[in-house]
Amino acid sequence: MKLNLTEIRKDFPILERETQAGTRLTYLDSTATSQKPLSVIQAMDDFYRMSNANIHRGVHTLAEESTRLYEDAREKIAKFINAESARQIIYTRNTTESINLVAYSWARANLKAGDLVILTEMEHHSNLVPWHMLQAERGIELEFIPVTEDGLLDLGMYKTLLDRRPRLVSFTHMSNVLGTINPAGEIIRLAHEAGAITLVDGAQSVPHLKVDVQSLDADFYAFSAHKMCGPTGIGALYGKAALLESMPPFLGGGDMIKEVKLRSFRPNTLPHKFEAGTPAIAEAVGFGAAVDYLSKIGMESIAAHEHEITDYALERLEEIPGVKLFGPSADKKGGVAAFTLEGVHPHDVAQILDKDGIAVRAGHHCAQPLHEKFGIPATSRASFYLYNTRDEVDLLVNGIYKVKEMFG
Amino acid sequence: MDDLYREVIIEHYKNPAYRGKLDPHDISFADNNPLCGDHIQIDLRVSANGIVTDARFDGHGCAISQASADLLMESITGRPIEEVKKLNKESILELLGIDLGPVRLKCALLSLKVLKAGVYGLGEASDDLVE
Repeated sequence: MKLNLTEIRKDFPILERETQAGTRLTYLDSTATSQKPLSVIQAMDDFYRMSNANIHRGVHTLAEESTRLYEDAREKIAKFINAESARQIIYTRNTTESINLVAYSWARANLKAGDLVILTEMEHHSNLVPWHMLQAERGIELEFIPVTEDGLLDLGMYKTLLDRRPRLVSFTHMSNVLGTINPAGEIIRLAHEAGAITLVDGAQSVPHLKVDVQSLDADFYAFSAHKMCGPTGIGALYGKAALLESMPPFLGGGDMIKEVKLRSFRPNTLPHKFEAGTPAIAEAVGFGAAVDYLSKIGMESIAAHEHEITDYALERLEEIPGVKLFGPSADKKGGVAAFTLEGVHPHDVAQILDKDGIAVRAGHHCAQPLHEKFGIPATSRASFYLYNTRDEVDLLVNGIYKVKEMFG
Repeated sequence: MDDLYREVIIEHYKNPAYRGKLDPHDISFADNNPLCGDHIQIDLRVSANGIVTDARFDGHGCAISQASADLLMESITGRPIEEVKKLNKESILELLGIDLGPVRLKCALLSLKVLKAGVYGLGEASDDLVE
């Protein structure tokens, strides 16, 4: 169904704010973090006004209420990605922490010197550095699926790498720079055939696509609330039950234990085994409200809308002399347009656009190796979500012409 | 349209007078701005009595970082190295003639950090060099 943009934009109070230019905000930075609908803001506000208490183990009314809200949100999130059960959803701080959880718990228990982990050249730093750290500590080996000139993964090279029997293949479902939507199902199937397990960085995919972890057959799947209309400070790790059960705990502390003696402990069952200490309770409630919001609108409709906007944006940007776009064609990517403008540094592009109230990001977007691959230090990146319109694309294009004039 | 992109800054960005490398040199140092990947190398020639006789910068970055590097090279040429050591954030803002927010300040100060790390013979261009 086609989105009603007028109604959707009303759900996001921030889109009404004035900018320093005196204009309305043109927010084209949802890949970094999305804006939040009123229903999410209200759910968190209601929680603090009405239900706030620490979760689990409390017997008073508020403790029970907050525990129920916290666990209800987990159920919603599980359903949203079609996990078998809510106990396979571990709350974390964000995608980065979810990946680190796998690196610290599963990988440190299972990988030894010489074991191979396959990553890709288009990874965010969050799916590179944890493995660099493990390499330094354990002497594991890292190989990378190359990125082709048109921004796709070289699956031929991937198959060759699989001959070396990797233990883990960890890759992004959707690139935060190129926008490339990788064939996750195929990558996972091939990894399994080679005897490897898989970890998917879903930070960009879960907010924008219908993700089904069971049909993908993903072993681990990591994502963040704040890129999908939810609050910052909370994310999730999905894992296959048998894997999660076999893993040692990650952080130690309260709530992750079944029993503690002075000199020992027994870990709790899933998912609590991986959730030490008081978690982000209000944020979990907000996360659940975000999932409700996206489900109500429908992920297929959101994806279709973003596709239409991206298609239009790429077409308009391509017309501008001096603009070079990165990544595949619109049919193979999500709502991201990373570009350079000849003779002008991306920081300057972003700064001048900001003067007109247009928010884009400039830099290497935490994917420095990818930028090195393309021989550029940085790009400007406009990204689109369910609330963005064609008019906003036009404002962006006009803004870029203004930049060209200043530097002309 | 706007103070940040005063003509002088665009001019120094587009036509830097001090871009290049010095070979031989007495001091050479390079570092990055980790936020945006901007890279600056600075080469100096210093006379026996401690005067900067020649200064060049090279690298890539935004208009603010490149213009401030060019202005900085211009301002230290002919000055005693002891004076160069005393330069700080305010010196750069004075050269640029603008006020900057925290993010763009990093761009503006990269060249001074690299310069001072080179002059002091340090391994890294850190923030406290320019405070």
